[in-house]
Amino acid sequence: MKTKTPSKLEKILNAGHLAVTSECGPPRGSDPEAITQKAELIKDHVDAINITDNQTSVVRLSSLASCIHLKLMGVEPILQMVVRDRNRIALQSDILGAASFDIHNILCLSGDHQQFGDSAQGQNVFDIDSMQLIQTVRHMRDEGKFLGGDDIKRPPNMFVGAAANPFADPFEIRTPRLAKKIEAGVEFIQTQCIYNLDKFELWMQQAHDRGLHEKAYIMAGVTPFKSAGMAKYMKNRVPGMDVPDDMVKRMAGVPKEKQAEEGINICVETIERLKECEGVSGFHIMAIEWEEKVPGIVERSGLYPRPKV
Amino acid sequence: MIVAKRKPIEEIIEEAQAYEKILLLGCNECVTVCEAGGKKEVAVLASALRMHFMNQGKDVKIDEITLERQCDHEYLEELRNRIDQYDAVISLACGVGVQFMAEKYMSMPVLPGVDTCFMGVTEERGVWSERCQGCGSCMLAKTAGICPVSRCAKRLFNGPCGGSTDGHCEIDKDVICGWQLIVDRLTKLDKMDDYEVLMPIKDWSTERAGGPRKVVREDVMQ
Repeated sequence: MKTKTPSKLEKILNAGHLAVTSECGPPRGSDPEAITQKAELIKDHVDAINITDNQTSVVRLSSLASCIHLKLMGVEPILQMVVRDRNRIALQSDILGAASFDIHNILCLSGDHQQFGDSAQGQNVFDIDSMQLIQTVRHMRDEGKFLGGDDIKRPPNMFVGAAANPFADPFEIRTPRLAKKIEAGVEFIQTQCIYNLDKFELWMQQAHDRGLHEKAYIMAGVTPFKSAGMAKYMKNRVPGMDVPDDMVKRMAGVPKEKQAEEGINICVETIERLKECEGVSGFHIMAIEWEEKVPGIVERSGLYPRPKV
Repeated sequence: MIVAKRKPIEEIIEEAQAYEKILLLGCNECVTVCEAGGKKEVAVLASALRMHFMNQGKDVKIDEITLERQCDHEYLEELRNRIDQYDAVISLACGVGVQFMAEKYMSMPVLPGVDTCFMGVTEERGVWSERCQGCGSCMLAKTAGICPVSRCAKRLFNGPCGGSTDGHCEIDKDVICGWQLIVDRLTKLDKMDDYEVLMPIKDWSTERAGGPRKVVREDVMQ
């Protein structure tokens, strides 16, 4: 199959390799080294790096500027873009801005509600939703036109992704929701962190039954626990997260100084099991402020070296 | 109805302390139903203010009137011959009434006595919740009669975000996920196939974004 964009991520997925991506959160300041140093730690072990867009609604250095820093150091960025903070004018403008630096991947997201962050009293925008952002990027790329109908000179050339949370409610629409994102034009999916493997496999089975895994590349999201406390926090405090009790127990069952290692073990075991799950096209490793652990996880999971395309 | 809530008494006192002849003006419509600005609330506020000014040793005249509505000329006109007795009006109507009163009596200070909140329903006595944001282009036919603009914290048009948990919104366990309600209704109506139809990008020009709005009906104009 021919690729549609110059994206390296698309090439790797298209060639049938299990792709590996990771993510970096930009700093709460303007020091570019906060981004480039994190990227330096993982760049040889992943195919592309997501840059989050003011995640948890906390003000940070912009995703687009951070992606440019990655691009300048020769690393393939995935521009995360939320519809919370920008209307259709600003979204299209930033897409063009990214395209002008030949950023070839975008992840279309709703964004956490602003009340979680440092600007709870601020407005939100939500002019369009994440589904419609997928349509917007595809429209700009494939039709070469703005939403307003005018032609774009040198349209953006982006591989279009979105998130999926197999664990959020209502569960009965999780597969229809994936189908809808595919209908909107999504080409790759990165899932929410997977801890409940049985439920994930059920979701994948449903996607498989509808042939959805053949219409978009589905990358399984994983996040290693640093401690038993983190496992409990993820279980009880993070909306849309499904951490089974036995996983929390397993983390709590080892001495404190061994918990980080156990978290990594669980992560590697998850990847090993999901490699066998039909429809999983790669892994998205979200090691939150723990980027130095990514190379080890990739190597232990048998995903290193990364293919050259 | 338009739902409002009483302003903190301290804020009203702060607004009112420059005046000596104050009219408290209630409204017999929405704010009466939501128990924020009807005759009863006017009486309660009047007592509180009288007591406050008495304790301060200030001689302040406070009268109470509740009009049928404050959003129609004819009722506001009832004040025409007596408005000059006062040096300020505290209106307990919604923001619409406060403004219409201010527009009509240009030289009279008109102060708000309530905070206007939303268009909503009485869930039970003492509990009111939002149902409509007046976007000017109703899409309820496509969403099983539940509005994603007013009932989803992110006004998403194509389904719930990843934060929907056990039927609740990610912002607060006391907020019901609007999309859970839509999916429940679609299921009951046997219309779940409708969920997979992509909702087009909304034209917000009929909403607040398009500037102050007006409905003109020439067929009913006199």
